[in-house]
Amino acid sequence: MSIVRPRQVKLLYFAWVREKIGRGSEEITLPDDIATVADLVAWLKTRGPEFSEAFARPNVVRAALDKAHVKPDAPIAEAREIAFFPPVTGG
Amino acid sequence: MGVKVQDEDFDVAAEVAVLTAQRTDIGAIVTFTGRVRDDDQGRPIASMTLEHYPGMTETELARIEAEAAARWPLQASLIIHRTGKLSPGDNIVLVIAASAHRQAAFEAAGFLMDYLKASAPFWKKETGPAGESSWVEARENDETAAERWRST
Repeated sequence: MSIVRPRQVKLLYFAWVREKIGRGSEEITLPDDIATVADLVAWLKTRGPEFSEAFARPNVVRAALDKAHVKPDAPIAEAREIAFFPPVTGG
Repeated sequence: MGVKVQDEDFDVAAEVAVLTAQRTDIGAIVTFTGRVRDDDQGRPIASMTLEHYPGMTETELARIEAEAAARWPLQASLIIHRTGKLSPGDNIVLVIAASAHRQAAFEAAGFLMDYLKASAPFWKKETGPAGESSWVEARENDETAAERWRST
């Protein structure tokens, strides 16, 4: 028997992803059928025009799970903090 | 070894002095300083604002520094990256690599900068003289520059 519990995660947005979405962070309950970062992006895009706009260009927005870079097919698993941002431009 | 993410400016000579104090085993020091230019491919720049991901930035820079230390015999290294609003001529980033010999110091400094540009979570926004602003687009050759170290 498995215990299904709500998965609370913190989402962070940076640079133009943050500007398009209109906020820098939020706490959400992950829907049960979301397993990977790509699943989460697909779900986020259904939440409103600001999200569909931010994630419009496929594979441009990068992601990090608990402050480590990941690919779209990465399982979210027990991550507590999920960040989305444009390709980095430091240095 | 060290990483700093800060709004404040840095003094290259002072940082080198701290890194090399009481050390007589360091024979080569390479420093790289990145500065804000007053134009980006012909567009004038009045200011630049650097955003980052607090926590991940420090973690990522420390990871890059550890990788450099695993590849080259470094006696000391330092990465400083500024954040916030900067003007043309201001310092943005400092990388120092110190080793017994020059080749390791040169190569490690190049590696640190290439990896920093490809993976440290910083984003630049440029503002022009009329107040118009835009996010700097990532360059393909920044990723290519980091890739070249994978085959060495």
